[in-house]
Amino acid sequence: MGMEDVSGRPRMKPGTSRSPLGWARRNLFSGVGNTVLTLVSVYILWMVIPPLLDFTIFSAVWTGTTREACLVPDAGACWPFVWANIDQFIYGRYPPSEIWRVNIVFALGIATIVPMLIPAAPAKRFNLIFLLVVYPLIALVLLAGDRPGLPPVPTSEWGGLLVTLVVAVTGIVVSLPLGIVLALGRRSSMPAIRMLSIVFIEFWRGVPLITVLFMASVMLPLFLPEGLNPDNLLRCLVGVALFSSAYMAEVVRGGLQAIPAGQYEAARAVGLGYWQAMIGVVLPQALRHVIPGIVNTFIGLFKDTTLVLIVGIFDLLGQVRAQLSDPNWTVPQGALTGYIFAALVFWVFCFGMSQYSNFMERRLNTGHER
Amino acid sequence: MSADNAAPKKMSVSDKTMIEMSGVHKWFGDFHVLKDINLTVKEGERIVIAGPSGSGKSTLIRCINHLEPHDEGRIVIDGIELTEDLKRIDEVRREVGMVFQQFNLFPHMTVLENCTLAPLWVRKMPEADARDLAMKFLERVRIPEQAGKYPGQLSGGQQQRVAIARALCMNPKIMLFDEPTSALDPEMIKEVLDVMVELAREGMTMLCVTHEMGFAREVANRVVFMDEGEIIEEAPPEEFFSAPKNARTKEFLAQILAH
Repeated sequence: MGMEDVSGRPRMKPGTSRSPLGWARRNLFSGVGNTVLTLVSVYILWMVIPPLLDFTIFSAVWTGTTREACLVPDAGACWPFVWANIDQFIYGRYPPSEIWRVNIVFALGIATIVPMLIPAAPAKRFNLIFLLVVYPLIALVLLAGDRPGLPPVPTSEWGGLLVTLVVAVTGIVVSLPLGIVLALGRRSSMPAIRMLSIVFIEFWRGVPLITVLFMASVMLPLFLPEGLNPDNLLRCLVGVALFSSAYMAEVVRGGLQAIPAGQYEAARAVGLGYWQAMIGVVLPQALRHVIPGIVNTFIGLFKDTTLVLIVGIFDLLGQVRAQLSDPNWTVPQGALTGYIFAALVFWVFCFGMSQYSNFMERRLNTGHER
Repeated sequence: MSADNAAPKKMSVSDKTMIEMSGVHKWFGDFHVLKDINLTVKEGERIVIAGPSGSGKSTLIRCINHLEPHDEGRIVIDGIELTEDLKRIDEVRREVGMVFQQFNLFPHMTVLENCTLAPLWVRKMPEADARDLAMKFLERVRIPEQAGKYPGQLSGGQQQRVAIARALCMNPKIMLFDEPTSALDPEMIKEVLDVMVELAREGMTMLCVTHEMGFAREVANRVVFMDEGEIIEEAPPEEFFSAPKNARTKEFLAQILAH
């Protein structure tokens, strides 16, 4: 490839042209196999894309305030259904007069997380402490209330995107540090700690998340003494956090195994203690190796939050389903519209995480390592 | 080697015992790697440990800073006995610097950060002081201009000199070298040995596992020859090279000095 002319453009093999036709011939029709694949792909796209665009955009109903607007023949997606229920989708059954509290939590969350994600933004340490300690407390007080001026809002009234984000963010924030500790524990030279970590990890990896949520929501209250009845959402949060920690632990362990023993030995030899060696030398290298795996676990966790529906908590998807049975909005295309909307919201979050991880990988790989 | 510049300074040896190993045994599973090791090193002494590969040389010096725990016997470093007591191990490691065959620099940190990490985190030194200290030692190993680079951007010889500077930043009383030139291209060996010779002249107590017999001749007080986990012979270099007593020593020397 190394050949470049003075303009910096790669010099091309003689006989190849830069025209779109030339490009297509080289890349799409370079042989019998490729030609067949190209034709099949075009056929599939032709079958899928036009109807999808037609349903979601061209034939879709965009305005209207009642279901009648969507009851025209051959109508596509019924977007007024989404507009009319957008508050439920975002806040669930959170009392409308108190929604400002959720909005503050959202705004503060964005204001804390965005600078954390921008490498050039200053005061990372302060930012991290605020994100991990101060912010959760503020969010808890604002969301749950029961303080002067803040009437209580039980978690059974939370729902929609709010619940999705609460479960996902809690899971993410807890699972990374806990997963790291478990991964280190599994590699510990102390047999008791190693055994505990293995048992913990293998237990949570061995059971389906649905079982965990059922246990947390239905079985746990039976075992706990009377009067001690933690909140249903809280129990699910703990279940999801522990569950994803086990997965995270195995991802991190993969990274730890890629670091030569000499790194740890060198760190110990200059006098660093175990934790200093881990935090300063081993983990920064190990975690960098497994960014794709970590983000993969985050994305899986984000989508798994939809499972809380089965224990009676309404996340975004659950709330969409719930609104489908609203008699004011029973239209034939309602379900499809709602699911497309939910899928779009999930996709935006997951795609965002994936893009950010690509960005971080590129940034961390610039010329540091051998 | 650099014996040419001026007359070699007098390398003084004091009466203070820095390292005392007595009756040390170690096993890797069933494999008896160290057999009844007895070795005393005085302050300012420079010991070269030689022997065929697999003879336990590296394991021996790795026991001195407890990277490998010993199973039997006593190891006392500057008055501190090495036991399973983690506090004492940390105390010993602060006094003992180590240089590895594979350099083991931290690839995610710059050269300067490699050197300042331990002073900052272990000695709790203020940042400016740690920086000055690191630059002082980077100048000593003649590499201050590379302070801002990452280890991956340096040659092997440069990396090993940084590793020496990193160890010196903790002001160790003893330096351990585990085959410091074995992973280097031939043209880089000299730059590392020169730094080690200088260090020896300054009176550093050194234990060095190496095949560089020229280095042993020039700076060692004693050469310790090991085979199959045992110390076979221990003698000043003149005697060791000219009049080895043991048959295995003779055989080893014949092989290593043949080319």
